[in-house]
Amino acid sequence: METKKTKYLNPYIGGVLLGIVLLAANFISGRGLGASGAMKSVVVSSITTVAPSSSEKMGFVKEFRDAHPGNPMKTWLVFEMTGVLVGGFISGAFAGRLKLKVEHSPKITSKRRLLFALMGGMLFGFGAELGRGCTSGSALSGMAVLSLGGFITMVAIFGTAYATAYFFRKNWI
Amino acid sequence: MGPLSVNELISNNTNLFLAFIIGIGFGFVLEQSGFSSSRKLAGVFYGYDTVVLKVFFTAAITAMLGLLFFSLFGWIDLNLIYINPTYLTSAIVGGMIMGVGFIMGGFCPGTSFCGASIGKIDAMVFIGGLFIGILIFALGYKIWDGMYLANFLGFPKISQVLGLSDGVVAFLMVIVALGMFWVGEWAEKKFPREEY
Repeated sequence: METKKTKYLNPYIGGVLLGIVLLAANFISGRGLGASGAMKSVVVSSITTVAPSSSEKMGFVKEFRDAHPGNPMKTWLVFEMTGVLVGGFISGAFAGRLKLKVEHSPKITSKRRLLFALMGGMLFGFGAELGRGCTSGSALSGMAVLSLGGFITMVAIFGTAYATAYFFRKNWI
Repeated sequence: MGPLSVNELISNNTNLFLAFIIGIGFGFVLEQSGFSSSRKLAGVFYGYDTVVLKVFFTAAITAMLGLLFFSLFGWIDLNLIYINPTYLTSAIVGGMIMGVGFIMGGFCPGTSFCGASIGKIDAMVFIGGLFIGILIFALGYKIWDGMYLANFLGFPKISQVLGLSDGVVAFLMVIVALGMFWVGEWAEKKFPREEY
């Protein structure tokens, strides 16, 4: 077992700093933070590369194209999420947390953890498309601008996670 | 003055560069707060670690109050800020699917990038899952576009729905957040917590 205790920032200070980052995004770019939208760019980019002709007929791709003309990877969220990878890496480097590993409860295997991570990711990706944004873009950024939709999505995400937590407790506790 | 890009005070390329810088701040704060750990994130749903609740709501009310004060000082025009649209059906159903994804996967999209940046393999697999999930949505778009577009209510703000001013709603949110922080602190004392 690790002897060094992991030290994290005080959550309230972290929250104020995150709020300032979100405020900066609104002040500079007139929009909030996001995450799933960057993956959407990757998917649209992949589809148009693999099947350029049939992709033009796809409603999903068309909707994205209308909103983001030009290179699908040249969007605000792709640049922002590239920054997230850099920022997370810098923080992890300072804190001595850079390590290639599968993190899981000692009661479950790595394989089980990875299987659930994959399924969870699939659901989250699908849900974020349907809900027009994830925890960052819809719930957090939506709440900061008092959006009704953002607030509803936030309640639905956290409410459902609490309601179903019991069934997945073995993975975590 | 603000928002700078909407008022064309900065070019599109400058805006994208600043998006990268904002992302660095976003990723740094998430990682510093422990959001690179799925076990820490999932803790909020079992009460043993409520860091998600504290960071999330502190950030939301900080940005909310910041925007209101910026507007009051005339530094930003809130009419030019992006307000998320409200499609009632997809907001609820999409949110519910995300909730199950959250408890199963232990990450949300932003935190999975944060986890992957410090080498968490489970976070990288989660990102692979995101790609598949979005691809499924894209390929079957015709099946669920009815649900996706149903019950569009426009771009309402909570304050408009409740018939209150933005300031009063923000004040109520702060009160609610403080109440939740109190519950969070109580839960962490009540439920056992191991170091990980």
